[in-house]
Amino acid sequence: MSAPVATERGGGPTTAPTVRRRRRKFSLADKIVPVFAGLAFLYLLVPVAYTVAFSFNEGGRRNLVWQGFTLDNWRNPCGAPQVCESFVNSIQVGLIATVVSTALGTLIAIALVRYRFRGRTLANLLIFLPMSTPEVVLGAALLAQFLSMAMRPGFTTVAIAHVMFCISFVVVTVKARVASLDPKLEEAAADLYASPWSAFWRVTFPLLVPGILAAALLAFSLSFDDFIITNFNSGSAFSTFPKFVYVSANRGIPPQANVLGSAMFFAALLLVVVVQLVGAARRKRLARQA
Amino acid sequence: MSIAAALSTEAKSGPVGGPSQAPPARKARLGAYLLLLPGMTYLFVFFVLPIFALLATSLYVRVPGAELGVYEPAFRWQNYLESLGSYYPELFRSFGYALIATVAALLIGYPMAYVIAVRSRGKPLLQGLLLVLVIAPFFTSFILRTIAWKQILADESWVVASMKFLGILPPDGRLTATAFAVVCGLTYNFLPFMVLPIYANLERMDTRLVEAGGDLYANGPTTFARVTLPLSMPGIVAGTLLTFIPASGDYVNSSLLGNNATTMVGQAIDRRFLVTLDYPTAASLSAILMVIILALVLVYVRKAGTEELL
Repeated sequence: MSAPVATERGGGPTTAPTVRRRRRKFSLADKIVPVFAGLAFLYLLVPVAYTVAFSFNEGGRRNLVWQGFTLDNWRNPCGAPQVCESFVNSIQVGLIATVVSTALGTLIAIALVRYRFRGRTLANLLIFLPMSTPEVVLGAALLAQFLSMAMRPGFTTVAIAHVMFCISFVVVTVKARVASLDPKLEEAAADLYASPWSAFWRVTFPLLVPGILAAALLAFSLSFDDFIITNFNSGSAFSTFPKFVYVSANRGIPPQANVLGSAMFFAALLLVVVVQLVGAARRKRLARQA
Repeated sequence: MSIAAALSTEAKSGPVGGPSQAPPARKARLGAYLLLLPGMTYLFVFFVLPIFALLATSLYVRVPGAELGVYEPAFRWQNYLESLGSYYPELFRSFGYALIATVAALLIGYPMAYVIAVRSRGKPLLQGLLLVLVIAPFFTSFILRTIAWKQILADESWVVASMKFLGILPPDGRLTATAFAVVCGLTYNFLPFMVLPIYANLERMDTRLVEAGGDLYANGPTTFARVTLPLSMPGIVAGTLLTFIPASGDYVNSSLLGNNATTMVGQAIDRRFLVTLDYPTAASLSAILMVIILALVLVYVRKAGTEELL
């Protein structure tokens, strides 16, 4: 009778300011995409669910088949030899890698966005290359270097390696944040007689903090989860958590490893939720003030 | 989230009316070099020099009569021919698996990114939740998740049992220790690296362009193919690179989920370097892998027309 009105099907807001787009013909595809994406999310999360579930599994080292529910593993997460030791090693390496790479990478990011200088392309290339080199190659190259320097692989070599591969990721993360800052803010500070130094610390740096924190979190998770580069540069005596899990995969992984993996997962999840909530609260407050 | 955001802002298609399009170009100053100095020195010493050390090692020659793992500097280019000769199947397999995994990750990841960025637009809570779900697997160890796949695909698992019941898998078929399992693991492990850059790209896309496509009487698939997809190319390029590169060098999946006929080049490098102490072969294989990847990346980035990525 009449021309099809924008929102024939229920649910759509009828008070849309402009005429809503015509109901597209392929509403089947409209339905299929979310369903498909839902299945994809399932694919992504089922192994995580397995990891968590098997942290509650009964019965010792061959933690491959479900035996029964128990809380013992969670009560005694260090119950299996070397689990906690390697976990602590991972945390230590991760903290060093995070602090050093975040510091170095942030400086580079600021330089790359804020200045035009000779050799900028070369600097960009030097940041891009480590990210586009497979981990085996990075690991093998570093080990070749350490061997030629007669450095014994261990904690130090692993920490050095982790800082190296984290720097580039810190740079790209912080760079995005620096690029999104309005340079007029710093100019305004200068107009208000702030020295460049205090303009940076009082104006620019606080605005960079979210980017720097994101970069630090990324660096920590990359370092904590690294296996291949670590495997090349850790020698036989030193082990990180992923290396411990990999090495014990043949003999059977103790459920305590699943406990620690799951604990990390929940801790990270909690952190993300808290950050989101704080951000939402802040936005709301700012909106009310405005 | 951050990698993706970072990578996609590299691409030129910035948001309309952002605070400042051109970064304030300050003239070359000592300051820039001072800021760069520590980090660049670090990368020079622990990235550039090691690559040269690797290249040098790839040409070393065994000291006659010496014990295992003792080599002396030389220019034995034959090392390259020998490692290519013995490991070309592993090389082909690595790139083949990585390619299949990348395509699969794109097919699976694009709709995820689309749902998060476009369909959930204006619902920050849902969007946040979905993003967290994509990033969450990062926080359980990558190795633990790969082992979970080993359990999921094991002969006695419910997945295999139900596939047999449905006749998808022959009664004596198995999934564990197959090429399928390896590719499945690779796809899985690098999927977030595909989703995040595409998400970051679609997130900034102006949906009015899609509506304009509709207004010009393009149907949904046409609008998608002619508007959305081309606009999201920078995200797709970043995602495919972030998936393909690590997948081709990975050996965790092939050694945990595969068998002797699914070894990838990373496994060969690892074994040669750490087990048989055959440094020249391992180093030359690494060099070959690196050169092939760099060549592929350059060609691909040129073709895809987003050199801004660099």
